[in-house]
Amino acid sequence: MKLTVWTYEGPPHVGAMRVATGMKGLHYVLHAPQGDTYADLLFTMIERRDHRPPVTYTTFQARDLGADTAGLFKDACQDAYDRFLPEAIIVGASCTAELIQDDPGGLAETMGLPIPVIPLELPSYQRKENFGADETFFQIVKHRAKPMEKTERVSCNIIGPTALGFRHRDDVAEITNLLYELGIEVNVTAPMGATPADIAKMGQAHFNVLLYPETGETAARHCERTFDQPYTKTIPIGAGATWDFIEEIRQLSGSTNEIDSDRLRQTWWSRSVDSTYLTGKRVFLFGDGTHVKAAARVARDEMGFEVVGMGCYNREYARDVRALAKEYGVEALITDDYLLVEKTIEELQPEMILGTQMERHIGKRLGIPCAVISAPVHVQDFPARYSPQMGFEGANVLFDTWIHPLVMGLEEHLLHMFREDFEFNDAAGPSHHGGHAPKKAASAPVIEEAPVNDNVIWLSDAERELKKIPFFVRGKARRNTESYANERGLNQISVDTLYEAKAHFAR
Amino acid sequence: MEIARRAPSVGASRMTDQSRPPIAGGCRSAPILKQRGQREVFCGLTGIIWLHRKMQDAFFLVVGSRTCAHLLQSAAGVMIFAEPRFGTAILEESDLAGLNDAHAELDREVETLLSRRPDIRQLFLVGSCPSEVIKLDLNRAAERLTQAYAPKVRVLEYSGSGIETTFTQGEDACLAAMVPVLPKTEERNLVVVGALPDVVEDQMLGLLDGLGIENVQVLPARTIDADVQIGPNTVFALTQPFLGETHAAMLRRGARHLAAPFPLGEEGTTAWLSVIAKEFGVSDELFEKTTDAPRRRARQAVAQAAEALDGKSVFFFPDSQLEIPLARFLTRECGMSAIEVGMPYIHDAIHGPDLDLLPAGPQISEGQDVDLQLDRCREARPDLTVCGLGLANPLEAEGLSTKWAIELVFTPVHFYEQAGDLASLFARPLRRKAILGVAAE
Repeated sequence: MKLTVWTYEGPPHVGAMRVATGMKGLHYVLHAPQGDTYADLLFTMIERRDHRPPVTYTTFQARDLGADTAGLFKDACQDAYDRFLPEAIIVGASCTAELIQDDPGGLAETMGLPIPVIPLELPSYQRKENFGADETFFQIVKHRAKPMEKTERVSCNIIGPTALGFRHRDDVAEITNLLYELGIEVNVTAPMGATPADIAKMGQAHFNVLLYPETGETAARHCERTFDQPYTKTIPIGAGATWDFIEEIRQLSGSTNEIDSDRLRQTWWSRSVDSTYLTGKRVFLFGDGTHVKAAARVARDEMGFEVVGMGCYNREYARDVRALAKEYGVEALITDDYLLVEKTIEELQPEMILGTQMERHIGKRLGIPCAVISAPVHVQDFPARYSPQMGFEGANVLFDTWIHPLVMGLEEHLLHMFREDFEFNDAAGPSHHGGHAPKKAASAPVIEEAPVNDNVIWLSDAERELKKIPFFVRGKARRNTESYANERGLNQISVDTLYEAKAHFAR
Repeated sequence: MEIARRAPSVGASRMTDQSRPPIAGGCRSAPILKQRGQREVFCGLTGIIWLHRKMQDAFFLVVGSRTCAHLLQSAAGVMIFAEPRFGTAILEESDLAGLNDAHAELDREVETLLSRRPDIRQLFLVGSCPSEVIKLDLNRAAERLTQAYAPKVRVLEYSGSGIETTFTQGEDACLAAMVPVLPKTEERNLVVVGALPDVVEDQMLGLLDGLGIENVQVLPARTIDADVQIGPNTVFALTQPFLGETHAAMLRRGARHLAAPFPLGEEGTTAWLSVIAKEFGVSDELFEKTTDAPRRRARQAVAQAAEALDGKSVFFFPDSQLEIPLARFLTRECGMSAIEVGMPYIHDAIHGPDLDLLPAGPQISEGQDVDLQLDRCREARPDLTVCGLGLANPLEAEGLSTKWAIELVFTPVHFYEQAGDLASLFARPLRRKAILGVAAE
């Protein structure tokens, strides 16, 4: 048993729903109790889809348990076929149905439906959402795709995008265009937008572009083995990674087409003088392994931030993220325990969090700005505008999105100069977030509290001085001063210690 | 065209009781359509989202699966809570193997939780589908934990599982669990049952005070220290129509139910108050003196807000269990006609008074086969469809206007001063459609 406040991933059947909802012509019959239908709202409300997910829930109740839940499943399966006439059906159980062991796969097989029925085994008490999506997509590919003759022109499949994916819609558009510029046709994009018939012809592509390893890697490996299709390893998030991705595609395809990079503005935006204030901003990264790895490179090499910590919630990527963290000289946090993430952020006192929807909660509590770089995401992370994370436009979007939560460069100076100014003060928050500015300091974040540290005592004048430092650097100043005091075996912090530490850490 | 039809003023005539549609026998004995199929509703765990805000010293610990945790954060996800007072003890593979170990695990998680959060005074262990299926005895766990943490923390348990409860039934199960531990009294008192927003609760208490009714208590109280007592001289009124189990638990404690229409809209509030006034022998003069001004305000506010609703049709999918009282309000006070009124379940002792007032005509349905009900809804093309979050956008995309039902449990809608807001809630989707220039069919 594990106490959870917020979860980073849903159960595995939600992953299967993401695949089914992303695809067309596929229906998912899910053996599940009343209430599990909540998952529909993830798609209709959070992603604002205008159709119900293609999912039929058997909706069993307590009184059915002693009776015929298997019969209920078969009826639901038959009704779903009759009503929706899908090209193929996937069947499975949610966590409760797993316990009653009705074997939906076996039941559906005996029904003699005139379409392919693909059974799913998704262990609800061991695995999670990403596994569910990855495994479901793999099973569909395994059942439907067969070796085929390759297309005459060089083509590839784009693998991994699903419903409810973080910016999948726009990433696919961006990468499809990039591939087009390189002279490569996209054979099938899957699961998102594909029908079971499309899946059947995946084998005719020359190679695969794996955009989201979390939801597509097992299928990509299967295609490599079965159809002799190599797949890309670079995730094109950020300017540098996009160039690397282009190079990888050139290697795989032999394309020599020129790429027009005029649209890539991020590089100049980052070099322009207004961005100087971004230098060395201490950021903490958390999310799925793939997005965190990509974001680390952008944060350090393209934005000039200092990465003070990173981690991921999906254990499948623990090794990668640990290795990368080592390279960045920080410790990796591999956990799906929200409270532990919160504690780590509290200790590290970053100036900014690049995280998930969950880290927004943490940022709110600790008063630290947060931008979202990874699922899980919320309704505002499905923007109406074109807003990819990948490719050149993706790099531009990252620049804009990551600096938006911060106080603007020149405003930072005002806050340093006029600490008690009626307009520019700690409580006012960044000017461009006017609507959210608290009226009084009453709602000041937790880090405003008097410093508490087991090893050192803040003398009252030093404490007063600390409060004069603007809120967005105060956490850092406190942390630096305390570690400076600890290193020197001081047990008291005076105003002098504060400024000694400031001089020590000057950069 | 909707805009053209909106133009003539409709408010004035409806402000008198005489203009209300004839009841024609009401709907209490109307045949009920019962269907069985996929239900598009939340499970009872959802109630935690508002209950944890209502009871400020309570923590709700769901003993369930990752799905339960995911449901809670998806339903609560409309807001960002920095300090949620709910969590899920997620069952893992090893918990399914040995139930004794599961109890030990639960004790350990509760200990961690209570030491981290010393502000918790009431802990609710909330059962779920998986905990019910593996027959994890939370009642035993609650007794054991109560002994361990008394008197500082009271531990109770209830089921919010989808195999037993629908959406708002979770609040019912929670309150029903509280009734047996309320202290006994011989005194005559009035207990008002149902979680209301604090501001509405205060208005209600003000009205009852104005009627000269003393010794009024509210369940659930805001904190554990509030003095809610119950005994053979207790009478109780419900403010929410989904409290069937709580109703039964109160009767078992010897209390007597004051059956009344629910205090939604001006008419419902007046009827609800008058049942209580009659019980306590309040004079007509005092009743009028107390209610005249808020009644007038409520009628005026409803009339203004209901302009967009007048003459329009409404179709209810079963969801919040508020459907029958709302249909009564919308048809009798806002000039709408109801096509179908779906309820997750119907309880005559509780819903009868509202069914009596609901003008005959609409199909009353209980339970759901969502696909068949969608067929009926598409066929009827109502002007407004009240449904859950999973259905709202798809129906909008088909050109229907919808009101999502969960908003009704997150918004202050009860009693006089909110009557106008309640009408506005339904009018907003129609007004919005008119503003955005989408032709209503």
